[in-house]
Amino acid sequence: MNENKLVHWFKYASPQSFYPLAGKMIPWFWALTAVFGIAGLWISFFVAPTDAQQGEGYRIIFIHVPTSWMSMFIYIVLACWAGLGLALNTRLSGMMAQALAPTGALMAFLSLWTGAFWGKPMWGTWWVWDARLTSELILLFLYLGFIALQAAIDDPRRADKAGAILALVGVVNVPIIYFSVKWWNTLHQGSSVSMTKSPSMATTMLWGMLLMALCFWMYSIAVALMRVRAIILEREAHTEWVKLLDEVKS
Amino acid sequence: MNWGSPAEFFAMGGYALYVWGSFGVCAVALVMEPILVSKRQSGVLKSLRRAKLADELDEENK
Repeated sequence: MNENKLVHWFKYASPQSFYPLAGKMIPWFWALTAVFGIAGLWISFFVAPTDAQQGEGYRIIFIHVPTSWMSMFIYIVLACWAGLGLALNTRLSGMMAQALAPTGALMAFLSLWTGAFWGKPMWGTWWVWDARLTSELILLFLYLGFIALQAAIDDPRRADKAGAILALVGVVNVPIIYFSVKWWNTLHQGSSVSMTKSPSMATTMLWGMLLMALCFWMYSIAVALMRVRAIILEREAHTEWVKLLDEVKS
Repeated sequence: MNWGSPAEFFAMGGYALYVWGSFGVCAVALVMEPILVSKRQSGVLKSLRRAKLADELDEENK
């Protein structure tokens, strides 16, 4: 009786039942990406006014902030999956962590890239070794280290465990990035949006940024679900259920 | 509306290189990533189908 309940609870934790579920969810997340993206870009370029200090150059904020947020958020989600995998030994957890890593690395890269393209006209330099920028660069290296470590270990289950430990140790970097602008004197400006104060920016700018953030969020879910499906097939290639899939039979 | 003409829009008040350099690279990255992932998916499916075919031929030759 109890065992049955447990099986039911973990139903979607099995790659076999998650594979079709993910397939059904992907188009919805792409649709949301498009809706939020179009609305966000419209506000970013046509509704939000020119900034008094930075002119049109400030519009980089509409992708810089969302990519930076996502790079940190994806890392936390990745570490949660990794920790879950270590604690419960569920197979899907490791696959989810593996599916999130490249997207997180891409977000960290885009955050640094757009930051450089914003820093050059405003600060006069593409890069400085300041606390915020350096800790974000370390985040990119953590993602790359996680990917490389997993790729270097042949047994996927052992790769999951090694990667999980790296991911969990690396979590310490996320609050360092977030609070770096408070803890140290940096060139980087403070947060534009905080959880305790009302935002220090025009409402339309804030809306543009939030819509773009939602767009990147939905994008990340969609592409991670696509990747986890490929990982499931790669790892479960020997199983009967994979051989019975319609897309394999035809 | 902030722009008088398309040219003004693309000039971005003198910040064209920086604004389009940021948005352009993001756009390319966000288009390329799903393409690469779906290539990976169709590659896996292809090899699964091939393995299945090989199994079936083995069965016939027994």
